[in-house]
Amino acid sequence: MSEEDTMEEGGTIKRFLYVNRRAPYGSVYALESLEVVLIGAAFEQDVSMLFLDDGVYQLKKGQDTKDIDMKNFSPTYRALEMYDVEKLYVDKESMDERGLTTDDLVVPVEVMDRAQVTDLMEQQEVIFNF
Amino acid sequence: MLHTVNKSPFEKNSLDSCLRLAASGSAILLIEDAVYAAVQGTAVEEKIKAAAQDKKIYALGPDLKARGLDEGRVIDGVTVVDYGGFVDLAAESDKIQSWL
Repeated sequence: MSEEDTMEEGGTIKRFLYVNRRAPYGSVYALESLEVVLIGAAFEQDVSMLFLDDGVYQLKKGQDTKDIDMKNFSPTYRALEMYDVEKLYVDKESMDERGLTTDDLVVPVEVMDRAQVTDLMEQQEVIFNF
Repeated sequence: MLHTVNKSPFEKNSLDSCLRLAASGSAILLIEDAVYAAVQGTAVEEKIKAAAQDKKIYALGPDLKARGLDEGRVIDGVTVVDYGGFVDLAAESDKIQSWL
């Protein structure tokens, strides 16, 4: 039996939600979240990402970090699909407060009102907060 | 679900977001600097009282004590728990969300 089969047999798939509430470059949270999301995806978990509060700024189009000597990781959000991370949710109130619309974002997302966000959180088995 | 909040409501919006999005019937435990939200006479008292209508609000006693906050001055409807109470809340919840 290959190693892969063993993993599949012993593996449990859980619904993992990663809640992102921080802007991208002022702290390491956003980048760390992406790292952990990719780990979850590598272990074939049922991964969703929610962008809330300043977390919506992570998805802002046009980021250019050349002059601050930090890696621009915003293209990674567009690559998530290749890792089967396809469920990206944005809190509408957070987006509205910041004057953003889905046109301002680097990836297609599902926009949710507060009741939908509450339901999304309740449906999870594990929640990671960044 | 158990929600923990650990930031002062006067510094971060963690508590606001938690209160806005936590489902009715949830437990919310205020720890670390979030215990400043648990005492009477602040600008956030009404928010806590409103939340206590349909959610269970707790504050961690050792964090109140460390900050010189009197347990007797905690908002009506907020329950003070010790570390054992924290463990019980965690153990009886299907999942935990930490509002950082």
